[in-house]
Amino acid sequence: MKLTLFALAILASPLTLAASTEFDLTIKDHRFEPTELRVPAGQKIKLIVNNLDATPEEFESHKLNREKVIPGKSKATIYIGPLTPGQYPFVGEFNEQTARGTLIAE
Amino acid sequence: MLGTLLIVFRETLEAALLIGIIAAATKTIPGRNRWIGAGIVAGVFGALLVAGLMDSIAQWADGIGQELFNAGVLGLAVVMLGWHNIWMAKHGAEMAADAKHVAHAVRDGRRELSAIAILIAVAVLREGSETALFLYGLASGGGLDLRHALTGGSLGLLAGAGAGAVVYWGLIRIPLKRVFDVIALLLLLLAAGMAGQMAKFLIQADLLPGIATPLWDTSAALPMASTLGSLLHLVAGYEAQPTAMQVIFYVATLTLIGLGMRWKRAPSLSAGLRTT
Repeated sequence: MKLTLFALAILASPLTLAASTEFDLTIKDHRFEPTELRVPAGQKIKLIVNNLDATPEEFESHKLNREKVIPGKSKATIYIGPLTPGQYPFVGEFNEQTARGTLIAE
Repeated sequence: MLGTLLIVFRETLEAALLIGIIAAATKTIPGRNRWIGAGIVAGVFGALLVAGLMDSIAQWADGIGQELFNAGVLGLAVVMLGWHNIWMAKHGAEMAADAKHVAHAVRDGRRELSAIAILIAVAVLREGSETALFLYGLASGGGLDLRHALTGGSLGLLAGAGAGAVVYWGLIRIPLKRVFDVIALLLLLLAAGMAGQMAKFLIQADLLPGIATPLWDTSAALPMASTLGSLLHLVAGYEAQPTAMQVIFYVATLTLIGLGMRWKRAPSLSAGLRTT
């Protein structure tokens, strides 16, 4: 039974290459919450960004090499890493003054 | 207003540069204005449509619909750029040699122009949909002055279009003999850069491994946020911290289109002589 569930789980997610750890990031009032997100270095992580604002936002980080538009009132998945230990700043490009945060890989 | 201006300018710039280069490349083909215009109009309508559908696109394929969409659009643009460049390698020399020879390239040119229209449409679609989404967000947010946003947006659009026009006028001033080589090189780099971007979206969607992340790091010497860095990114696909997979896509595209251009160039010259 366990094996069947495991097989089903694999079949249900044919798009992912490997299992990855999930982390949540929230956007509210054009700000990221938390502003500092600690993640493990050396492994792939799955970042789930939940935009609670009514307006869209673009998650962008040159150092992470990522950019993704997150429509208002919706969630988006961004795969990141494996990262070397260090700080990775990111911004919300549509509200760059307020929407700023850092991913810390350790 | 300044924020809106900058964002719209940045989004418009890439499409405007491409249109400027393409317009210069097709200067001698009759009826090219109609096709370029059709490409822009189709792109703008497509962008509005995509912006409206962004909520559902984002939900496709387990939340990676946007990456798949972007990668698909970029892939189509790379194919169209490759087609154009290989076509130009075949006919560019004849067109530069003697304007009278242009006529027999026209029939072929019509097919080439439809490829150009598609290329411009997808470039406008990609850049425009983000702009439309951003402006739509401002409009629905209510907190911001819509009039200021629209003014900023229009100025940003004008500035972007102006940059495209500068590229166009700059290019058509180059002597005709050399201009095809310059344009072909610019478009080749643009295509390779787009292929690298495509790889980036597929990695972000976890459909491709990055292999080495990053392969090199020049973010201290030439940051992406600097003027030169972003200009090089726009024109030649420069990345300060690219993954190995992006570099593989970049080099493969450069090589494939480059070989295609070489292969087409030699036989077409003799064919051109025979028909005249």
